Amino acid sequence: MVLQSIWFFLWGLLWAVFFITDGFDFGVGTVYPFIGKTDTERRTMLNAIGPLWDGNEVWLLTAGGVTFAAFPKVYAVMFSSLYTPLMLILFALILRGVSFEFRSKIESDAWKKVWDTCFSVGSFLPALLFGVAFANIFQGIPFDDQGLYHGNTLKLLNPYGLLGGVLFVLLFIQHGANWLAIRTDGDLQQRAISITRKNWPILVAVAVIFLIASYFATPLYDNYFKNPVLFLIILVAVIALFATRIFSAKQAWFKAWFASAVTIMGCTFFGVAGLFPNLFPSSLDKAYNLTAFNASSSPLTLKIMLTVVVIFIPVVIAYQVWAYILFKDTVTKKDLELDDAY
Amino acid sequence: MDPVFLSRLQFAAATMFHFLFVPLTLGLSLIIAYMETKYAKTGEEVYLKMTKFWGKLFLVNFALGVVTGITLEFQFGTNWSRYSEYVGDVFGSLLAIEASVAFFLESTFIGIWIFGWKKLSAKAHATVMWLVAGAGNLSAVWILLANGFMQHPVGYTINNGRAELVDFLAVITNKHGLLEIFHVVPASLLLAAFFIMGISAYHLLKKQHVEVFHKSFRMALVVGFVCSIFVAIEGDLHGTNVSATQPAKLAAMEAHWETTKRAPIILFAIPSEEQEKNLVEIGSIPGMLSLLGYHDFNAEVKGLRDFPKDERPPVLPTFIGFRTMVGLGTLMILLTSYGFILRRNKLLESPTYLKIMMFAIPAPYIAMESGWIVAEVGRQPWIVYGLMRTSQAASPIDGIQVLISLIAFILVYGLLGAVGYYLIVKFAKKGPEPETE
Ligand code: HDD
Ligand code: HEM
Ligand code: HEM
Repeated sequence: MVLQSIWFFLWGLLWAVFFITDGFDFGVGTVYPFIGKTDTERRTMLNAIGPLWDGNEVWLLTAGGVTFAAFPKVYAVMFSSLYTPLMLILFALILRGVSFEFRSKIESDAWKKVWDTCFSVGSFLPALLFGVAFANIFQGIPFDDQGLYHGNTLKLLNPYGLLGGVLFVLLFIQHGANWLAIRTDGDLQQRAISITRKNWPILVAVAVIFLIASYFATPLYDNYFKNPVLFLIILVAVIALFATRIFSAKQAWFKAWFASAVTIMGCTFFGVAGLFPNLFPSSLDKAYNLTAFNASSSPLTLKIMLTVVVIFIPVVIAYQVWAYILFKDTVTKKDLELDDAY
Repeated sequence: MDPVFLSRLQFAAATMFHFLFVPLTLGLSLIIAYMETKYAKTGEEVYLKMTKFWGKLFLVNFALGVVTGITLEFQFGTNWSRYSEYVGDVFGSLLAIEASVAFFLESTFIGIWIFGWKKLSAKAHATVMWLVAGAGNLSAVWILLANGFMQHPVGYTINNGRAELVDFLAVITNKHGLLEIFHVVPASLLLAAFFIMGISAYHLLKKQHVEVFHKSFRMALVVGFVCSIFVAIEGDLHGTNVSATQPAKLAAMEAHWETTKRAPIILFAIPSEEQEKNLVEIGSIPGMLSLLGYHDFNAEVKGLRDFPKDERPPVLPTFIGFRTMVGLGTLMILLTSYGFILRRNKLLESPTYLKIMMFAIPAPYIAMESGWIVAEVGRQPWIVYGLMRTSQAASPIDGIQVLISLIAFILVYGLLGAVGYYLIVKFAKKGPEPETE
């Protein structure tokens, strides 16, 4: 029981870290066509996340891998039920990934335009679809006791699902614009700052609607009423959301970015705490819900994986923090002249 | 629309495409790390040029390797959900360890390598490349152990209607997996060596950038020579192991229908699965199969007819795949041995040899893909050998979804592959950058 609960928590944590780290990459990609006016500005934006995006994306692979290792049944039913949206996400990520490498390799406007489009669509689409997918999971997914899916992909685009998608996109835009404020200067930085300010009230409005809609559309709050301490999660998310605006006004970009990271963490855990112990609830019958207790691996596998994670994840975090520190400065002309710069 | 068949097609397309890029990443990263270390130690400009030139080709290839890997990580869930439920307890952890131990290291440090030229000292920068190379090869270790489990499951027990882990040590010391590691990693170095030699030959024939490419060629030649021999010897051990653990695969590899002692090796044949015999057979060496499979001329080798029909793998691809791999492997030994004789100072005066090496770049690629066809098609009809059939493993989903994604895979991958190789060829032909400073 304890082991399975720990793994439930870690599962949520890995998704949250993925949303925080790759989240700002997605945000940068989403605003890319709107605020990158010249080729240099666009390259600056690409290189602002260039050294980090690949390492960030691995959090997704780890979240996926850990779902497989700790909750194989969830991995199986979740990814086969959500086949089409997941494939869309994966293809979007493929196109985003190669556009970094390909874009600057040939000097032609048409060529660059192709990869610019791949980059921005490949960032926006995963942001939206992850939001849609998680909002639908909060509501429950129509699958039966055999793991057979009875829904269809278009039904995922119900109002609450779309609301979740929009919320994710806005969160990532806020987060990404904060990152750009840290790593760029001049006009580009001004435009990024203006986005952090214009996007914020919309984000707050959508977040409020989402919190209210969750009450009507999902059973998430049941856990909260049983355990009122959990409301602290929402409180932290709300404080962080306000903090990011305050820091932005004070031009403390790094703090603003950190606050938007905490907001994302809070939002993810708002859902995770409400789900517990369900990882993948069924909307057909509660009895089919896949939970941390009925869908987990054997205690031996959980123990081995826990050992691996406890040793290696802190090491990963340490060298990723080092990488972030190495690449926290403004992207300069000299950086763009490097042979292999994107 | 049969989702099992479509999923097989899709998985094969996706992995084989992934594996067009993976071995170059594995082998070239190690060689580049060595070149850069030379530079850090000696300060000689030529090593820096080599590092940067091969590094640029490496990065294009790396990008394609990464993006094609992402889909694979999720395909076990999307397309093989029954499989994932059944063996996830054992198999999932290997994949998760691969991500948390190897992919993080590789992906984080490659970013630092690309953007860290001015921020790190030469030594530190070279160390970063070693980390990238080490992590890449470490990821190969884990994924091949995972594949080893599917080829030869160990360390589990059937409990709660699924395979549960009982002995982790047995899983990570699985003989089949270890043999794969020692076959695939040197084969990747061999592939990288042929890649370097082929491109170097192109420039040497044009007599341009001679210092850079002469050095690169000779460095790769040593690697290629050693690895081509190692791969063949190790492959022989691999074959012995297969005959012990997967006799049906061995029989299919050799199109061997009749159980006999002193079983022969057939150089060429056209096997027919309906008639359960070879329609044409050319060149047979008596006793060789017994020798290869069991290291004994007189050993009895079980023929395909003595396996129930529904436990026989497709014979033709397995048979041809094996011949292609071994044939090309032998060719590569000959090519590198000849080069080894020329190595000291006659390379530049042997344009015919250089030309052959230029056209030999695809050889290790074809050998690699053939090797996987032998290993994976030869394992059929099992997804986990002896434990679970492929037909029971697919997700219970609508075939049309799989069909659409399969078409998307073919289109997108085809396009990316074309662009990727166009860029690699373009930069390969362009040669090293003149120093900017
Ligand atoms: C960790 C597991 C694993 C690994 C490392 C690989 N494969 Fe595999 N392969 C499978 C796990 C698997 C599988 C999931 O087990 C499949 C899907 C259907 C099946 O029967 O086996 C499969 C099928 C499969 C097939 C189709 C066989 C058939 O259906 O007749 C081919 C041609 C390959 N693979 C080729 C490869 C290549 C080129 C790989 C190099 C990256 C590779 N496999 C690595
Ligand atoms: C079918 C099983 C496989 C799966 C699920 C898989 C998964 C992945 C994933 C998710 C990535 C991207 C990692 C990143 O973003 O850095 C990747 C890359 C990689 N994979 Fe695979 N892979 C498979 C087969 C293999 C095999 C058999 C090998 C080696 C023998 C291999 C070696 C690599 C290497 C070296 C990379 C790093 C980058 C590159 O490819 O250029 N993979 N793989
Ligand atoms: C020259 C003699 C060679 C022999 C005797 C040999 C033998 C074998 C055997 C028996 C297998 C099947 C293992 C299984 O089914 O599990 C295999 C697989 C494979 N071979 Fe070879 N091989 C040779 C050369 C090569 C070369 C030159 C390459 C590539 C450059 C190569 C690449 C592969 C790959 C990628 C696999 C699949 C992975 C594995 O099972 O290890 N082989 N080889």
